[in-house]
Amino acid sequence: MRAVLDAAAVQRALTRIAHEILERTQGADDAVLLGIPTRGAHLALRLARQIAAVEGRSLPHGTLDVTMYRDDLRLKPARALGRTEIPAGGVDGKLVVLVDDVLFSGRTIRAALDALGDLGRPRAVQLAVLVDRGHRELPIRADYVGKNLPTAQRETVQVRLAETDGADAVLLGTKADQSREGAR
Amino acid sequence: MTGHRSHLLSTADLSADDATLILDTAAELARLADRPIKKLPTLRGRTVVNLFFEDSTRTRISFETAAKRLSADVINFSAKGSSVSKGESLKDTALTLEAMGADAVVVRHWASGGAHRLAHAGWIRSAVVNAGDGTHEHPTQALLDAYTLRSRLGGLDGRRVTIVGDVLHSRVARSNVRLLATLGAEVTLVAPPTLMPFGVEGWPCSTSYELDPVLPKSDAVMMLRVQRERMDQAFFPTEREYSRRYGLQAERMALLPEHAVVMHPGPMNRGLEISAEVADSARSTITEQVANGVSVRMAVLYLLLGGSEPAIGTEDEGERR
Repeated sequence: MRAVLDAAAVQRALTRIAHEILERTQGADDAVLLGIPTRGAHLALRLARQIAAVEGRSLPHGTLDVTMYRDDLRLKPARALGRTEIPAGGVDGKLVVLVDDVLFSGRTIRAALDALGDLGRPRAVQLAVLVDRGHRELPIRADYVGKNLPTAQRETVQVRLAETDGADAVLLGTKADQSREGAR
Repeated sequence: MTGHRSHLLSTADLSADDATLILDTAAELARLADRPIKKLPTLRGRTVVNLFFEDSTRTRISFETAAKRLSADVINFSAKGSSVSKGESLKDTALTLEAMGADAVVVRHWASGGAHRLAHAGWIRSAVVNAGDGTHEHPTQALLDAYTLRSRLGGLDGRRVTIVGDVLHSRVARSNVRLLATLGAEVTLVAPPTLMPFGVEGWPCSTSYELDPVLPKSDAVMMLRVQRERMDQAFFPTEREYSRRYGLQAERMALLPEHAVVMHPGPMNRGLEISAEVADSARSTITEQVANGVSVRMAVLYLLLGGSEPAIGTEDEGERR
């Protein structure tokens, strides 16, 4: 697998997204960051820290597990649930920024929008992703993108983060690479 | 639909990993109860049948709530007033359910092994969840007890749990002994000799005929209901004597360590196995157990029906033999 972003580049992309969020939301006064487990949750936490460092105040942040809302549940074995952690103020009337690592078909985000609808009624919802690899199957696009990465369907994109994988990187490979790694 | 369905018939079928997965899933689902919309779309379009050959309002309502919170369609089928009371067999009932396209059957049967028969006789393809069969097993009750213990005590490994009362007739005790042992707890059964089951030496637990010496070492004590309906023989001289030796009253509860909790699967005979004072005390987890029952049953239904393959107990007993 080939590294498309190294640790420094991931860091720079997140810094830029944090500033873009502040700029587009004019200070992010009513913003709530919700990360989609597992890696989106770590990214949301990092963005919240960066914004706190710039603005000197902390932004409400949490996680939103979308497993029970997925449209492919009946196609795959039952999977373990992730954690949903909504900040104390809830999401009603807030600007919710969903955070995920890779944007691909858009189905995860559709599930996230459904899950969000059961939790409350945000004023608006925006989307921040570290990598947009294309191949959308639904009319969904990101508001903040760390890197646009044109890929082929047979290619795979892996985001590695220090919290789960030891170091930050974005890797591009083929499905064959991935099954070889799985065998190791 | 792929392959064979898996079932939840006995806590003996659950590995420590399976049981932990169910408890962790239940913990996430429990948070749904605090939300304004207590519903998930996960089992939309699936049908769960509650097939009850024995009355049990609380278990049926618990399963019904669990299935509905996952958006499944629920059919309640009670033997009373149905064709079963006209003499229809379990097999014909099962064939009817199969023809109606049930995805899961939650079965309560008066005969030990009723759920196993339904799951393995080849009459139906749906998943079978045992909601109590005779004096044999009641796995979801044991799971909700384990869940309650885990959340009150922080964990089960090395914890000492005492189960008191009519062990002989108690499917709750059987299921709990196996599950708690799998999860690393030490179980002690306390009962009069007449209510201790035959072959209990082979169970993964210790036994005692005296309650008082066991209490100071217990992290939790689970009081079993005296099943008056099964007391057709003289298992103990009088209810008063039973209550004095094996009932839990305030003076006896004082023997427990500070952190210990008191459990009861319900329905209670207040004044017989448990005094009203104990049942309503801060140590009692009885209403908590009811709430946890819904979360645990949601977890079981999700893990059995939520994906293309079940995530728990995938080994098919019928094929292993």
